[in-house]
Amino acid sequence: MVEKLIGKKLGMTRYFLEDGRSVPVTVLQVGPCVVIQKKTVGREGYNAVQVGYEKQKETRVNKPLQGHFRQAGAGYFKHLREIRVDDPDSFELGQEIKSDVFSIGDRVHVSGISKGRGFSGVMKRWGFSGGRKTHGSRSHRVPGSIGCSATPGRVLKGKKLPGRMGDQRVTVKNLRIVDLRPEMDLVIVKGAVPGSKNGLVEISKA
Amino acid sequence: MNIIERLEKEQMRADIPDFKAGDTVKVHAKIREGEKERIQVFQGIVIRKRKGNTGATFTVRKVSYGIGVERTFPLHSPLIDKIEILSRGKVRRARLYYLRKLRGKAARVKTEMNH
Repeated sequence: MVEKLIGKKLGMTRYFLEDGRSVPVTVLQVGPCVVIQKKTVGREGYNAVQVGYEKQKETRVNKPLQGHFRQAGAGYFKHLREIRVDDPDSFELGQEIKSDVFSIGDRVHVSGISKGRGFSGVMKRWGFSGGRKTHGSRSHRVPGSIGCSATPGRVLKGKKLPGRMGDQRVTVKNLRIVDLRPEMDLVIVKGAVPGSKNGLVEISKA
Repeated sequence: MNIIERLEKEQMRADIPDFKAGDTVKVHAKIREGEKERIQVFQGIVIRKRKGNTGATFTVRKVSYGIGVERTFPLHSPLIDKIEILSRGKVRRARLYYLRKLRGKAARVKTEMNH
């Protein structure tokens, strides 16, 4: 059994529960992941399996990776990730791992790469309140003072300032699985998940 | 989007009658009080229908003891027991917000003859 799988965020919608509540959900396509390589304490120093996700044409993969995929003999993949397992020998090369490792009601953590916001100001990036919009104010979205005077005579480290926002790995914890559709490899979790549609996500048991 | 649309289609109700803004409807809504469930009827004129698969809603307006009351229902909510159409309205726009400013006789909607 694995604790983690790779998937894709398909988008959000809503579910009506039996008692009439409307629940916001994210639809994830999880797996099937194919075991490409086994890593053991004896050889690599730790136990894991390397899995591939999303099949791809041979010509899209470079020569060294082609050789790597051929050892498993299960085709070529767009994404490779490692999953820590206790016993890699219980897996076979080319074995498919499907979303049936999860069940409805489970809590899961979902990691993804958040949407990139580019170079953002402090209001968007850190939630500063900014200045007044009217009454003669000319400081609308500026951070204001960023420190003291002669003591300390410098800006403190870690000061929240404008800069690149998003495009970082973000994990959302303890999302509840609302529904599963094994025939389409879908896992439907309550709440939002980082990243854009069609973005790669890792989903792991809480 | 295809898969999501397919999931939404599954959730949508097929037993909702076809009605439009201007129609007078009776909405039978389920209400849960503690353990007991009962049905409350809300009758009024539909002043708006919003599109969207599972997210579609409609708003019903009525005047209750001289006070205008509007209630917005999710069209596909399981809390709606049934929707009865009492009469079809003859209106020239899709959103009847102008009814909010009108009182009494002026706040009526002409009904279509062949219903």
